Amino acid sequence: MTDLTSLTLAEARDGLAHKTFTSVELTDAHLAAMEGARALNAYVLETPDQARAMARDADAKIAKGEGGPLGGIPLGIKDLFATRDVRTTACSKILGDFKPPYESTVTTQLWRDGAVMLGKLNNDEFAMGSSNETSCFGPVVNPWRREGSDAKLVPGGSSGGSASAVAAGLCLGATGTDTGGSIRQPAAFTGIVGIKPTYGRCSRWGIVAFASSLDQAGPFARTVRDTAILLRSMAGHDPKDTTSVDCAVPDYEAAIGKSVKGLRIGIPKEYRLDGMSSEIDRLWSQGAEWLKAAGAELVEVSLPHTKYALPAYYIVAPAEASSNLARYDGVRYGARVDGNNIVEMYENTRAAGFGAEVKRRVMIGTYVLSAGYYDAYYLRAQKVRTLIKKDFEDCFAQGVHAILTPATPSAAFGIGEKTGADPIEMYLNDIFTVTVNMAGLPGIAVPAGKDAQGLPLGLQLIGRPFDEETLFSLGEVIEQAAGHFTPTRWWG
Amino acid sequence: MSVDAATVRRIAHLARIAVTDAEVPHLQGELNAILAFVEQLSEVNVEGVEPMTSVTPMEMKKRADVVNDGEIADAVVANAPAREDHFFVVPKVVE
Repeated sequence: MTDLTSLTLAEARDGLAHKTFTSVELTDAHLAAMEGARALNAYVLETPDQARAMARDADAKIAKGEGGPLGGIPLGIKDLFATRDVRTTACSKILGDFKPPYESTVTTQLWRDGAVMLGKLNNDEFAMGSSNETSCFGPVVNPWRREGSDAKLVPGGSSGGSASAVAAGLCLGATGTDTGGSIRQPAAFTGIVGIKPTYGRCSRWGIVAFASSLDQAGPFARTVRDTAILLRSMAGHDPKDTTSVDCAVPDYEAAIGKSVKGLRIGIPKEYRLDGMSSEIDRLWSQGAEWLKAAGAELVEVSLPHTKYALPAYYIVAPAEASSNLARYDGVRYGARVDGNNIVEMYENTRAAGFGAEVKRRVMIGTYVLSAGYYDAYYLRAQKVRTLIKKDFEDCFAQGVHAILTPATPSAAFGIGEKTGADPIEMYLNDIFTVTVNMAGLPGIAVPAGKDAQGLPLGLQLIGRPFDEETLFSLGEVIEQAAGHFTPTRWWG
Repeated sequence: MSVDAATVRRIAHLARIAVTDAEVPHLQGELNAILAFVEQLSEVNVEGVEPMTSVTPMEMKKRADVVNDGEIADAVVANAPAREDHFFVVPKVVE
């Protein structure tokens, strides 16, 4: 029998439907792969008993013809999603052994559609990071290595465990969240596909909050089609999230293979950064050529406020984080460190429970929201955000259907390489992705080539609000031209 | 704008994060690096621009003002680090 962990999600779905194999077999193959890949540190909790029970249940339903859209498909879940009675930590010490008595809406919908949970995936603490090095469970290792080197590379972040697990065949797909690039950047670093849908497309209920006006859930998988299948199950209106949008979820898979002839693709000149590597530049031109060859029309566009997106993000996101993370006080859940009075108890608990990056961001957020500074920082940043969004609106109003950019300024870097004294160096990883969160738009990262050291590189497509379908159609064109990217197995 | 050591201690207290004297210079350097980075926003002309308050243009949804959940006190306190019956236990707040 073929290796069940190397199938695409769509192939596995067909194999299950044709009874070529069972969900229990498929699930066991993945559990074995996970056991053999612990060196990657992708999973922070494996749930084999629950996985097998869910797989048996799925097999019974498939036998009755009631499998559902994801019947029997094993998935990994980012540890930011609350899973009922299964430890959920956001990879922070402050949540301790928190076992939610409830299930997030997104995962509830995945289980409704028949999916199987393999375990919880590593991420940067509270999703704050671009390399998965801030997790209290330690860094995740990228399954990719530079040619001729065994140096360990980061998988990107914050959804680094999700990206690493999908790229290494430790699940058929995974959930992620994206606040400034946390799905698209790790997808690019590991040679897989990741989409951040439009803000409001997926419910945020039951997802540990980082920056509420920017956070959005989305899927990772090894093909564009597979992410389309997953997003259909994840998306949808939820009365429990007032920002979730009440509009029908299309059959995203139907967009795969749809002609892109006549679509106008914007190439934003502001994304051509000074000192950008020639490899990234070439990849970008190559992607544009592929879309043109498929019948799309390329137009140069201008998004004049692009350079202000990252600084505005580093006011808005920490401000919202400082407010959201106020709930971790050692009273209702998680770890507690005692003190002589209640304030000391709060301060000791938060000093011991939060890691360095989280403390840094909570403090910046506290500062920019504090009396006397609110107008100069937070209010100004929210005004700049209006301008960033307007740039995109103007561009779409000129008939542009989607925008093509690089996904990241470089390929994956080494563990420990960018954790020096200056936090800005790490923040610059998100320079191409963060604009999309600021404007609430959908963005997909698709692998498109390799750098000189043999590491995967990705392109990003940015769409109109709620037009994920066009991104899937265009993404598939790039995928067809670029092919698939599979790391050489060295672990386990 | 940049912060001095006293401001770092004040922010840490507002954020309810205990910091040691040894940590202050390090935090001060990092916070100032971030504040210097965001300083470039001051060159943007925001005259007459509305601050963004809603990412998607939609009306705030309101649910009916009725009790729709409850009677789950066991679940609510299940994860508490210190509890008695259905109460969270904290150090004495009122003398």
